[in-house]
Amino acid sequence: AAAMAVNADLRRERAAATFQPELLTHILDGGPERTRRRKEIEALVLNDPDFQHEDLNFLSRSQRYEQAIRKSSLMVMKLREYGIADPEEIYWFKSFVHRGRPEPLDLHLGMFLPTLLTQATPEQQDRFFMPAWNLEIIGTYAQTEMGHGTHLRGLETTATYDPSTQEFILNSPTVTSIKWWPGGLGKTSNHAIVLAQLYTQGQCKGLHAFIVPIRQLGTHEPLPGITVGDIGPKFGYDEMDNGYLKMDNFRIPRENMLMKYAQVEPDGTYVKPVSDKLTYGTMVFIRSLIVGDSARSLSRACTIAIRYSAVRHQSELKPGEPEPQILDYQTQQYKLFPLLATAYAFHFVGAYIKDTYHRISGDISTGDLSELPELHALTAGLKAFTSWTANAGIEECRMACGGHGYSRCSGIPDIYVTFTPSCTYEGENTVMMLQTARFLMKSYTQVTSGQQVTGMVSYLNDLSRQRIQPQHVAARTVTVRINDPTSLVEAYKSRAARLVESAAKNLQAELNHRKSKEDAWNRTSVDLVRASEAHCHYVIVKLFTAKLAEVSDAAVRTVLTDLCLLYALFGISRNTGDFLQAGILTSAQITQVNQRVKELLAVIRPNAVALVDSFDFHDVHLGSVLGRYDGNIYENMFEWAKKSPLNKTQVHESFHKHLKPMQAKL
Amino acid sequence: SVNADLASERQTASFSVEKLTALLDGGAEQTQIRRAVVEAIESDPVFSRENQYFQTQNERYEAAVRKAVHLQKKMHEMGWTENGPEYKYIYRALSGDVAFLLHRVFMRSISVLGSDKQIAKWIPLATQHKLIGSYAQTELGHGTYLQGLETTAVFDPATQEFILNTPKISAMKWWPGDMGRSATHTVVFAQLYVHGKCYGIHPFIVQIRSLQDHSLCPGITAGDIGPKMNFEHIDNGYLLLKNVRIPRENMLSKFCEVRPDGTYVRQGSQKINYFTMTTVRISLISDEVLTPLMKACTIAIRYSVVRRQSKLKPGEQEAKILDYQTQQEKLLPQLAAAYAFHFINNYLQELFNRGYREIQRKNFDMLPELHALSSGFKAMITQHCTAGVEICLRACGGHGYSLLSGLPSLYTKILASCIYEGENTILLLQTARFLIKCFMAASAGQPVPPSVTYLAAVKHGKCPAKNKLDFLSPDIYTEAYQHVTVRLTSSTAAKLQDLIQSGVKKHDAWNQCTVQLVQAAKAHCHYIAVKNFAETVEKLETKAGIQKIMKHLCDLFALHGIFSNTGAFLHDGYISAAQMDMVTASYLDLLAVIRKDAVPLVDAFDFTDKSLNSALGSYDGQVYQRLYEWAQKSPTNQMSPAYERYLKPLLHSTLSKL
Repeated sequence: AAAMAVNADLRRERAAATFQPELLTHILDGGPERTRRRKEIEALVLNDPDFQHEDLNFLSRSQRYEQAIRKSSLMVMKLREYGIADPEEIYWFKSFVHRGRPEPLDLHLGMFLPTLLTQATPEQQDRFFMPAWNLEIIGTYAQTEMGHGTHLRGLETTATYDPSTQEFILNSPTVTSIKWWPGGLGKTSNHAIVLAQLYTQGQCKGLHAFIVPIRQLGTHEPLPGITVGDIGPKFGYDEMDNGYLKMDNFRIPRENMLMKYAQVEPDGTYVKPVSDKLTYGTMVFIRSLIVGDSARSLSRACTIAIRYSAVRHQSELKPGEPEPQILDYQTQQYKLFPLLATAYAFHFVGAYIKDTYHRISGDISTGDLSELPELHALTAGLKAFTSWTANAGIEECRMACGGHGYSRCSGIPDIYVTFTPSCTYEGENTVMMLQTARFLMKSYTQVTSGQQVTGMVSYLNDLSRQRIQPQHVAARTVTVRINDPTSLVEAYKSRAARLVESAAKNLQAELNHRKSKEDAWNRTSVDLVRASEAHCHYVIVKLFTAKLAEVSDAAVRTVLTDLCLLYALFGISRNTGDFLQAGILTSAQITQVNQRVKELLAVIRPNAVALVDSFDFHDVHLGSVLGRYDGNIYENMFEWAKKSPLNKTQVHESFHKHLKPMQAKL
Repeated sequence: SVNADLASERQTASFSVEKLTALLDGGAEQTQIRRAVVEAIESDPVFSRENQYFQTQNERYEAAVRKAVHLQKKMHEMGWTENGPEYKYIYRALSGDVAFLLHRVFMRSISVLGSDKQIAKWIPLATQHKLIGSYAQTELGHGTYLQGLETTAVFDPATQEFILNTPKISAMKWWPGDMGRSATHTVVFAQLYVHGKCYGIHPFIVQIRSLQDHSLCPGITAGDIGPKMNFEHIDNGYLLLKNVRIPRENMLSKFCEVRPDGTYVRQGSQKINYFTMTTVRISLISDEVLTPLMKACTIAIRYSVVRRQSKLKPGEQEAKILDYQTQQEKLLPQLAAAYAFHFINNYLQELFNRGYREIQRKNFDMLPELHALSSGFKAMITQHCTAGVEICLRACGGHGYSLLSGLPSLYTKILASCIYEGENTILLLQTARFLIKCFMAASAGQPVPPSVTYLAAVKHGKCPAKNKLDFLSPDIYTEAYQHVTVRLTSSTAAKLQDLIQSGVKKHDAWNQCTVQLVQAAKAHCHYIAVKNFAETVEKLETKAGIQKIMKHLCDLFALHGIFSNTGAFLHDGYISAAQMDMVTASYLDLLAVIRKDAVPLVDAFDFTDKSLNSALGSYDGQVYQRLYEWAQKSPTNQMSPAYERYLKPLLHSTLSKL
């Protein structure tokens, strides 16, 4: 099947594109050199027979775990063999090996090792880091408990210091305190960094991190006092042994508490940490990864749905003519093209956060952390905004593929189940939105008390200026030009300002009525989430627009401008109420916006396939029969189905067990 | 014992849960029958679903076949018959986890499309399970557009047979349930050719597997289409036909017949067949769409009062997550929608029963309206409920992603309903076609069916609400919905006409307006759902607090619709910016009111723990204990070969040498 010619429809689509997809690929990768290097690494993995295996869709969970652990072991060795050390290059390698899926060593590589680096003393690094680096120690990061996730201070696991033996005694005092969910904990790890409430000299000192051995080196059997296992099947994440951990009077030496910052001295004296601002940095970093992941996951789903829509023909648009490609239906374009534009928007936002993070973390070492709170607040909201949108978008792509989207051969179910937990992990999305809102409210208060704010919230400064003038914000209506991205940025800015202000006023009104701050905050939280969403939406439109100026190739810039306009206008058409209610746009303008969205669909239509080709996903990485580059879908669906476990025998055993006896009886 | 946080929720119910359950069931006697069926099924270990989350596709399939066979025995034992009052509860009690559902579709299509002679021959065989049937319509390359099917059936007068073929790969039958492994026969839809002339799509009964040893018949290639998002217990199949000959009598010939000499004869009206298709869309709503949403609400709401997180007031205990406004705003509108759709479903069922009676009297007048309503509501309700189940899933934090929460499988199952029995966008466009037609007729002063008479009464007023309490008046919000629907329909109709008058061809003009047409169709259904809810509430007895709580839910359903789609209501200034703030205020106030009755409102759905099959949603709220014990039974907690094979060498030798 590999030697088949490219499907004629896809050939035609590619020939009609108005720009060179490679040039756009370079922009997404951050330059032609990065693209070259990415493809080089991709080839290292994809041409390596060690990384081949049966289609994972046909394997049981245990088999998938086994394949993943096999590949992870090889991956670690080969990364070192090839001398790949740049974090982004490691990310690529890993992503090609595991085809974008999670794997059992994720927490070891992504949390255990970095935590040792940032929170262990030099002495502890000597004891743990090299063995962990060499995978004699495989660790995970055990924070979440069965009854506690978001609210860290509510964790119940205890670590009580015993000065007589100079040990910590770890306990899971209740069912709700059992550690639950950590990746790699169930079967893979022999150590865990455990977060527990520290008790010393009869006092609780809050949460601290402890290195806890959980399995016997050599036999891998759980240690006495440790109950550990897999939490069972999940929505996706079949490769990952998310686990539980229960500790009963389990003793570890005093030196196993991570003591770079806080310390417990041999006699039990507690020494407070200096500053905890640094933990902000890690969170910002991980959330920036999720923004990038939102972009990639949505791009993959778009690639599949758009290629399939170019190959699939259905019904008739014109009586008597052949069935058209389903991509020619306006409703299909309306489902897919705004998502395509969104995927591009999120790529640029992800790149922006990453760059900003690197710039600021340069400052961390030199001591200038002034931008960190804003970036922290912004990434919380953007993490939520992009993961929610991508999550819904992936589902829309699947639905746009009709019945075949529901088959796992489409690859979209897999993308969805792999991606969707990111709405919850690393900060539940609603909680994230409210964090951003907290920053917005703080900035608003600053502005009303006469101070200036800077950065992405600086539009709030205008609010106080407007208040001096008698006229309403509605006076700006006429200035919105719907074909000018810069003008649309202004419209989004006004919407954000209006919703922030309205949330702030409602919050104040609640405060005036009620006693507690918390109660007022809770009763305003739906408004607060809306304000955060509007703020994030504004930031995204702004960053997408800003990106256009950086594009040198005219043809690429034209097509990106179309996408940027579609992104901005579609967002307006989906939230017309906000723009109307605030008087930012008139009804007549809204009608124009809706019309312009439809015109843009037709403008983008000829470039749709080239725009997903630019994402440059290899077929193996894409893992979709419907999204194959060559478009030979139906032949390959048949080939794929023949490998299904139900087809292993011609007559299924249940015929002899159940059907035949029934037929005999009746 | 019941978790104290959950128990306290039940003590403050403002209404009688048992009475509400009876209302939902359509009477206390019905509740009794339902509970008896559920009890009989759930006490039988063969029907247990406890291990299903741990099973492979092969195991799920085998269990479903075993259950289907066992069910025959059970029905006999219990004296349940297909026409008895118990029958409709069996599927719910099994949670649909049973094979041979397509067997019934096979039988129904023979009853509807077959001649009396064919019915007499096949139905007894099928009833006695001497054969197992399936229904093969969809092809690999063709779904929605029936005329595009490519399978051929060529009549051979010499042998009085049809020769069936799959001329190319895209013509392979693909997706039919029960066909991959189980079925011995299937109804194949194919293009009929007689003497070189194509007569279009017709149904044929084709035997695909031996009745002796279940091996494939000559010329047949069939198998399972592979893993899907769910429905792993069903062997959706593929079928490739190569010169398969079937006797002339196997073409289902109630409406069309090929005579021995090849003469093609058309007889009778197809309209009944058309009505049947329409009915199927409505009949799936209750079991396949509403039940999953009600289950998801039950799980998420019970869990949200057991789960405590963060503090609402300093120094206090961590708060129940249902006390957070954002959590209420996720879950309570889904709860209101479940009730709204339950009532609209009742309304549609009644309407269809009436339609059926009319059609039996050869009166087909209601058909276009019934078709429009069934298409639109199938699309609207499946879409809404699918989104609702996903919201419930994500409202349960991390634990929602565990299969043991029950939510992922509810979600992956319900979402297929957006595609099968008519893809939703296509269905909405069918409703829109009806709307536009009726709007034009109404504008020209012609009579239109009852559900669309409102289109004629175009009013240009403004919303009269003066304060937030006014938005709790059904007249106010029903009127607003009606206004929006009329505006969307009339503006789309005008746009269509403009395009056509400017020289654009009709079909092009239609395609250019489809986005707006879909919006108009959705608005139409939403309006009817709101109106029906309000009317239902009015008719409820005021006793036992039921009317009052239903009124709150009706208000919430209506205001949530406005809150989520403010632009449509603000667009022409029908609702002003200031009024929209009142809507928001009333809407948020309602959340706090309904919050108090949230648990009793899901208790009223009356799902047993076994039927929920969820560690998070059980009646006693012992969430964590159940989760912990259940997880330990996972097959992954048996020693995996991965340790010996990969981990051990990894931990011991390989890397330490690096």
